[in-house]
Amino acid sequence: MVTSIIRRFIQALFVIVAMTVIVFLAVNVIGNPVDILINPDANQAERARVIAEYGLDQPLWRQYIDFLAGLLRGDFGNSFVYGRSALQVILERFPATLELALSALVIALVVGLPLGLYAGLRPRSVASRIIMSGSILGFSLPTFWVGLMFILLFSVQLGWLPSNGRGETVEILGMRWSFLTEDGLRHLFLPALNLALFKTSLVLRLTRAGVQEVLPQDYIKFARAKGLSERRIISVHVLKNLMIPVVTIVGLEFGSLIAFSVVTESIFAWPGMGKLIIDSINLLDRPVIVAYLMMMVLIFVGLNFIVDLCYTLLDPRVRLDAKR
Amino acid sequence: MAALLEVKNLVTEFPRHGAAPVKAVNDVSFSLEKGRVLGLVGESGSGKSVTGFSIMGLVDAPGRVAAGDIFFNGENLADLNAEEMRRLRGRHIAMVFQDPMMTLNPVLRIETQMTETLLAHEKMDRAEARARARDALGMVGIPSPEERLSAYPHEFSGGMRQRVAIAIALLHSPELIIADEPTTALDVTIQAQIISEFQRLAEERDTAVIWITHDLAIVSRLADDIAVMYAGRLVETGPVAQVLTDPRHHYTRGLMDSVPSQNTRGALLKQIPGMTPSPANLPSGCSFHTRCGGADGLCTKLPPEIWEGERSYRCVHPLGARALDAITGEAVS
Repeated sequence: MVTSIIRRFIQALFVIVAMTVIVFLAVNVIGNPVDILINPDANQAERARVIAEYGLDQPLWRQYIDFLAGLLRGDFGNSFVYGRSALQVILERFPATLELALSALVIALVVGLPLGLYAGLRPRSVASRIIMSGSILGFSLPTFWVGLMFILLFSVQLGWLPSNGRGETVEILGMRWSFLTEDGLRHLFLPALNLALFKTSLVLRLTRAGVQEVLPQDYIKFARAKGLSERRIISVHVLKNLMIPVVTIVGLEFGSLIAFSVVTESIFAWPGMGKLIIDSINLLDRPVIVAYLMMMVLIFVGLNFIVDLCYTLLDPRVRLDAKR
Repeated sequence: MAALLEVKNLVTEFPRHGAAPVKAVNDVSFSLEKGRVLGLVGESGSGKSVTGFSIMGLVDAPGRVAAGDIFFNGENLADLNAEEMRRLRGRHIAMVFQDPMMTLNPVLRIETQMTETLLAHEKMDRAEARARARDALGMVGIPSPEERLSAYPHEFSGGMRQRVAIAIALLHSPELIIADEPTTALDVTIQAQIISEFQRLAEERDTAVIWITHDLAIVSRLADDIAVMYAGRLVETGPVAQVLTDPRHHYTRGLMDSVPSQNTRGALLKQIPGMTPSPANLPSGCSFHTRCGGADGLCTKLPPEIWEGERSYRCVHPLGARALDAITGEAVS
């Protein structure tokens, strides 16, 4: 078990190193920040000074080494736009995105699991058909359009919920959170629902498929033959087998919730990382882009790692493999 | 004394789209006394397993018991509601399945799977349930049962898993165990061990057993009575000693001839010509007549059940029943 964890850890390190190369090269390809940074009226000497200041006169490999050295110190350089540490700029925005993504995940699980369970257990009922058709909508309607419709309906027409910003926040551990105040929750609800829509359908369909795969198994029939109650069969025998694929997918999808909340954040003017990265790309704010991408790499690698660990907890057969 | 189990004219159907339902079990009747072992024999698809599941009330939907009665301890199972049926399962009627690799839940510890069976029927604390589970494992010959309780199914071999399944079935010392080909998936040496242990445990508890199998050798060794099933119907029933030494039905004869034996070493094994008919498209009358050597025009009509002492058969041209020509003569003429 321990050796397998260490092995995974080393693998993760390799992934991160490979990603530094890709991120670094990719950012160098998308445009020259000098054009944006320097006043077009500046003379040649001034240009040279600024270029040297940002280390852009160095050969590429040299820049990469400097970049790596900075990375090890947790220093991504200063944002060209904000003039502050790029990492700090991102971390300020991180709680907003995290809380949005977590809320969306909770909604997806709370709505998706029971509905999927129901649709799997009673596949022929009318309610199940409605649920399944609904999930197709959840899959296929574009997020931005649904977001706009939410705003139109709940904010403009009905005036129930606010359409932008985070509302009132509370500071905990030096980070600002919305979900602890009533006003914040009201602001959080629509964007979270919008972001959750796709994942809910995913969890729902995954759960239903899992139920239908597990139910015909002999061990379920055997559990019935043992005289177990239907409730115990579903909540223990079915659910525990079902959780293996659900945890795997949900864990991985959580990363994409954080990384791709861009659309939802833009529509609801949610001041999170997604909005920041779009702005930064427009302004070619290289340090912020790099810091953001590296952070995403870390999040994905970290989530993968956690999912692997959960997997061994859920599935004893995987544990045996790890022991070998 | 009334029989422990009495199955009367049982019909179990599986509906088809736009056609008459398939009768997987068709007009099957038999009874079983306390402590007796019945071997239910037939080819794959003959309806043996469905008969077992019908008794358990576990026929997969949309299949259903369409007609007939099943009496257990004098109680008609059709009158029981779902909860009463659940209380019966596992406690009074237990079942062992064919494939031990599939019958235990892969993600639950053996302990969980055993204690939940106990807790589903009796009030007891976890420690007591655990102790009983451990004793049951020891009883079926699993070494160091205490440690094995916390193992997962994949850490057991096929034979060991089947022992666990048998231990689970025996937990409540049920009056009846339905064993659905429990040794078919095991290799021969393990088969022999499991059969003899099963036999011993059932005898100790005076448990009645329905042993579903296609292996006549097992039946001859284990069972008191035999019921031969073909295409959903019982074609011959009776005490094993009588039926297997002097079969009446041509199908029983065919099954016996296709068992390899010492005496016919080197000779070609006889086989029953043709294939089991599809249950969706059965020949009229005696379903076996299309494969039967002794069939003639009479066989296209469904033969009545003919009783001869303790045994019965459905055949208008029974084998070896010279003394009974008077009875069958009527049917022939």
